[in-house]
Amino acid sequence: MTRFVLARLVQMAAVLVVMSFVIYTLIGLMPGDPIDVMVASDPHLSTADAARLKALYGLDQPLARRYLAWGEAALRGDFGYSRLYQQPALAVLLPRLGNTAILMGTSFVLALGVALPLGIAASRNPGSAFDRAVNLIALGFISVPSFWLALMLIFVFAVALGLLPAGGIETVGDGGVADRARHLVLPVATLALASMGGYLRYMRAAMIDALAQDYIRTARAKGAGEARVLLGHALRNALIPVITVAALSFGSLFSGALVTETMFAYPGMGQLIYEAVLGSDYNLALAGLLLATAMTLVANLGADIAYAAADPRIAYR
Amino acid sequence: MVQPRRRWRSSGTVLLAFIRRHSAWVAVLLSVLFAVPAVARPPDELAIGITQYPSTLNPVIDEMVAKTYVLGMTRRPLTVYDADWHVVCMLCVTLPSFENGLAQKLDLPGGKTGVRLTYTIRPDARWGDGVPVTTKDVLFSDAVGKDPRTGVADAELYRRIIAIRAVDDKTFVMDIDKLTFDYADMNDFEILPAHIEAAAFANPEEYRFRTAYDTDPTNPGLYFGPYRITELSPGSHIVLDRNPTWWGPKPYFRRIVVWTIENTAALEANLLAHGIDMVAGELGLSLDEALAFEKRHGRDFHVIYKPGLTYEHVDLNLDNPILAERDVRRALLYAIDRAAISASLFAGRDPVANSFVPPLDWVYTDDVPHYDYDPGKAAALLDAAGWRVGPDGMRRNSGGQSLSLELATTSGDRTRELVEEVLQSQWRQVGIDVHLKNQPARVLFGDTLTQRKFDMAMYAWISAPENVPRSMLRSDEIPDAANHYAGENFPGFRDPETDRLIDAIEVELDRGKREALWHRLQRLFAEELPSLPLYFRAEAFVLPPWLDGVTPTGNEYPSTLWIENWRRAMPGSEG
Repeated sequence: MTRFVLARLVQMAAVLVVMSFVIYTLIGLMPGDPIDVMVASDPHLSTADAARLKALYGLDQPLARRYLAWGEAALRGDFGYSRLYQQPALAVLLPRLGNTAILMGTSFVLALGVALPLGIAASRNPGSAFDRAVNLIALGFISVPSFWLALMLIFVFAVALGLLPAGGIETVGDGGVADRARHLVLPVATLALASMGGYLRYMRAAMIDALAQDYIRTARAKGAGEARVLLGHALRNALIPVITVAALSFGSLFSGALVTETMFAYPGMGQLIYEAVLGSDYNLALAGLLLATAMTLVANLGADIAYAAADPRIAYR
Repeated sequence: MVQPRRRWRSSGTVLLAFIRRHSAWVAVLLSVLFAVPAVARPPDELAIGITQYPSTLNPVIDEMVAKTYVLGMTRRPLTVYDADWHVVCMLCVTLPSFENGLAQKLDLPGGKTGVRLTYTIRPDARWGDGVPVTTKDVLFSDAVGKDPRTGVADAELYRRIIAIRAVDDKTFVMDIDKLTFDYADMNDFEILPAHIEAAAFANPEEYRFRTAYDTDPTNPGLYFGPYRITELSPGSHIVLDRNPTWWGPKPYFRRIVVWTIENTAALEANLLAHGIDMVAGELGLSLDEALAFEKRHGRDFHVIYKPGLTYEHVDLNLDNPILAERDVRRALLYAIDRAAISASLFAGRDPVANSFVPPLDWVYTDDVPHYDYDPGKAAALLDAAGWRVGPDGMRRNSGGQSLSLELATTSGDRTRELVEEVLQSQWRQVGIDVHLKNQPARVLFGDTLTQRKFDMAMYAWISAPENVPRSMLRSDEIPDAANHYAGENFPGFRDPETDRLIDAIEVELDRGKREALWHRLQRLFAEELPSLPLYFRAEAFVLPPWLDGVTPTGNEYPSTLWIENWRRAMPGSEG
């Protein structure tokens, strides 16, 4: 297992290096740069100013040279300054990372917390009224675009009922735990509802498959209680595909949810990375995207380890 | 024997029992989330919604509307264009002129004429930490502006300043390298607090990273306007409180909170949910969104529409042989019904443009060729130019070439895409085949326009009052490989008379003579049509009925520069 983990860590480092090059190149190959856009929107900015600013921000240098300079500094732990925020990229990133982790983490836990029991319950009697109702709801949430769901929640709970804030992260002058929680309710609900359907259907399908296996019949024949059959035998085997899906979703805990963050004016990673890419803020975009990539890789490694925990037949050498 | 239904019932019972057992906890959770009432906004607090967060708060680094909007509350430029588009003093005491002796001609080497201007800073102007605003700050700001390493965005004015001399703590004399008609306009001269910013400027290359506006933005010594920034949450909101050292009338609102909500549907929802009180016209809803909002909620809000300087037009690439023909350009304009577009899409709030000069500008003239919708005239011009209608209804020339053009605009801009479809349909009606080729803004502005890789491109120029169109129309401003794609004359317009008029307008001090030159330039533009003028965009300010004193300017200077006049209407008074 130790060798396996070490080998995976080396692979992850290689993937991160390749990804940094791909991301840097893709942003660099996008036509135009932020100074061109600034010129178009400012009647006073002269062409001499534009040329001076491009030189100042290194935008007149070849892409490869800029990447190598960035890579060299990054190896020393210096991820550079954000051009958009005029601050160190990590200083911009970390508060947003915290916001996103709270938002996405809460919705992730909530979605799994609701989807897994419902999926298990639905799998016990496929085709029943309950199973069909659960399936219908799951499909409904999978099909509804998250921006529409967000707008509906805002209009019902913020505009019509006035129960919850329509956006933001806190009330100016308050900012206590209850206030922060109130601001989280609608975005968390949007994200949880949107992702719940997928988890639920995975869980249900895997459980139906597991419950049809011979070892379940054997367990029942041996007199195992229903809870033990479900949780001790079927669920453990059914968890593998759910772990895979959950692990893939884990990376998004740190890359944010652009649409939901935009709809609720929630300052998170999704918005930040989007702005950084569009604004050719290489340092910020790279730091954000690499962090999200690293987290996805870590989550996948975690999933591989979890497979072994869930299924004793799986072993790593 | 497996008995699923019975088991389901039993698990349902278990589930209900679980809920019953834990209902107390569920109730507590719900009461915390829902029953705690929202903190009501005090009546002396105003929440404003805008769609952008400023990347920096340093007045001289980067150019962003969001920054200008927020800083409008915290500082005052020396001079500014007011809501009537007149240059007025804000931080200075008297506007220099030759009549009052504060402006004098300056003979420069090479027979050039410059100008010497004397300004006096308001005697009661003090930074938020109590330190007076003095000529030391002026000299420091000039040094920052002049240094190419600091990252100052618009350095044109600093380059033109030959020298600044302090007469005393409040009065300074400034020598400018060229005497132009707008000599007294110091709108772009941003004053920085030397006592705070000098440390950051010690290494000019690091200035943009070390400026206190970004490293210590709540430092009161950075601001001298009616408000100062007291709290900010990047990407979310900025809190401004009254500045105790402000010299002018005490602002009504104790606190202003500027919220960034990028999505306009969410902006509307926040307005309806009273998360914000108003939406800024400078950076808020588009006109069609505001019109739709007013239709639905007009009784609860006051919507002000202010036509401005944003000039929507279609640039024509004159290197394209089809568009090089003036009659084809005229036919293109005759074939589109701009008045109907404005009426149907913008309720007539966006005035149709006859040239690049807006009707609110004093140099505007209506005495130019007009191109009212006339498809018959468009067809006749195209016929005369050799473009005949074929059996499929589309035009071709004698060589069989189709009259086919591409029209590009910024993708994702709903209004532009809507207008574009109308234009395409109207041009098709006269036999012109137009293909739409939309691109993200950075591609359109960063590549397509600068490298002139377009037939027709629809976008907007954000102008200033009496803005001389040197970069747009002068022949030496055509971007190409030789000048590293510098310049903004994207159509490639070359006209010696236009060049001469632009040069003459810049240095003509006599208003009457200058007005005549401007009229001639507008006529020439309307005759030649290097681009198709569409309309001037209006800004929509969505305000609560109780808010008084907000005066949109329609120019590049935000309404927040007069925020001390904003107040709650007294009960019974006109809102």
